Amino acid sequence: MISLFMIYFKRLLQYRIAALAGIGTQIFWGVIKVMILEAFYLQSVGKEPISFSQATLFIWFGQAFLQLLPWNIDKEIEREIRQGNVVYYLLRPVPLYVIWFIRALSMRLAPALLRFFPVLLCAFLIGQLPFPSSASQLMVFLFSILLGALVGAAITTLVMISLFRTLSGEGIQRLIPHVTLLFSGLFVPLPLFPDSFQGFLNLQPFRCIIDIPSRIYAGVIPEALWMKHLLFQLGWLFLLMLLGIAMMQKATKKLVIQGG
Amino acid sequence: MRSYLDLVSISIRSKMQYRSSFLMLTLSYFLSTFTDFLGIWILMDRFKTIQGWTLPEICLLYGVVQTAFSLAETFARGFDMLSQYIKQGDFDRFLLKPLHPFIQLAAEEVQPMRLGRFFQGLLVLLWGAITLHISLSLSLILFLSIIGTALLFYALFVMQATLAFWTTETLELANVLTYGGLEVSQYPLSIYKFWFRQFFTFIVPLGLTAYYPVYTSLPWMGLISPLIGGLLLFMSYLFFNQGIKRYQSTGS
Repeated sequence: MISLFMIYFKRLLQYRIAALAGIGTQIFWGVIKVMILEAFYLQSVGKEPISFSQATLFIWFGQAFLQLLPWNIDKEIEREIRQGNVVYYLLRPVPLYVIWFIRALSMRLAPALLRFFPVLLCAFLIGQLPFPSSASQLMVFLFSILLGALVGAAITTLVMISLFRTLSGEGIQRLIPHVTLLFSGLFVPLPLFPDSFQGFLNLQPFRCIIDIPSRIYAGVIPEALWMKHLLFQLGWLFLLMLLGIAMMQKATKKLVIQGG
Repeated sequence: MRSYLDLVSISIRSKMQYRSSFLMLTLSYFLSTFTDFLGIWILMDRFKTIQGWTLPEICLLYGVVQTAFSLAETFARGFDMLSQYIKQGDFDRFLLKPLHPFIQLAAEEVQPMRLGRFFQGLLVLLWGAITLHISLSLSLILFLSIIGTALLFYALFVMQATLAFWTTETLELANVLTYGGLEVSQYPLSIYKFWFRQFFTFIVPLGLTAYYPVYTSLPWMGLISPLIGGLLLFMSYLFFNQGIKRYQSTGS
């Protein structure tokens, strides 16, 4: 299983130039978004749910770990389903769900690992990324972002499985990234959404990926509640994986292979 | 010009062949780009104003930039394929026909479904205009700055694609000027840092085509907008010709 991960992972690491361009783009977006938020905060009169310096952390973590979000899928999988090559996977001794989940995980992790450090370094150099207040906070943050990567992979796998049904749904596929980015807090940090939406936002799975780790690092979540949030992430992870396995079983039963 | 319109209409008709798929795509562009507006709405809902601009005023600016971007994007997609043509040596085909390659490429691929963004921007623009009861002269200025900004975005798409004559690959990094420019110019230019403002006024003059006409609502500012957009489009055309001179076929 690990070797499978390494194969996909290494394949993705090849695209270093793309990663370099990605880093530049992400830093540019980070700088713009921080400037926009600053303009809003400059004239804020009331008490906001998070401070400006906390909000910049959300922006920078969002840019650094953008690739963990399930905003796209492997084009190759789409082709494999369309052409029927997917049947070969069914002959392998490892369940299809496991193969796809690992593939999704490496697809999420490889670009994120290439990009997060330079982006965060840049944020640190312009003084917008403070050190964590304690070693334990850093540890919990790292653990939380790892869980976030797993949740991102689980959602990606779900989208991949749904392709069995909606191969032609290019309209829907185009919507997925925007919905993902919105509910993950990439457009606007989730705490800044209207108060009446917070109840819903706090329960949906997309916040597991970047929002919860950011809140832990920024100190929005007090130490006493760290455990609860990690369990929340773990709970969504199990739920999404169970759902994926169930959907996969149903889909492969109905699978029609184009004979040729 | 005549042949350009003929080619464009062929391209559009080919896209409309599958009517339901076309409508779905248009709708998805409408909805997905609407999330851009949601982002602004959320922030405006929490902070009420940005440097004195209220939501309907921001809507005017947002509407101008979004509709302009959509128009440019709809008609400039043919240039996206340039790097592929260069890589495979297919660009020869364009040099052989009795029509300037610039026009051929411009008409090669028109994607009317991208107008989903246009309708979304127009809706926001109209809401802002109706709420503010804007005057006739301001409506004219808005109209002119949509045209100017669309020309400017078109020029940016062309320049981004033309770089492929030197680099072969399309440079994703150039997206920071197109998509980045879109994001930047949705907000008043005055909120940004000095160097950033200068950049988007004098180098990529999105400020001159969109922000200043809307902000000052001066008629001559409105008139300047299409002139600047046209000037940049002309410059992109010259740049494109420069690129053609660099072109060497793959020689197969």
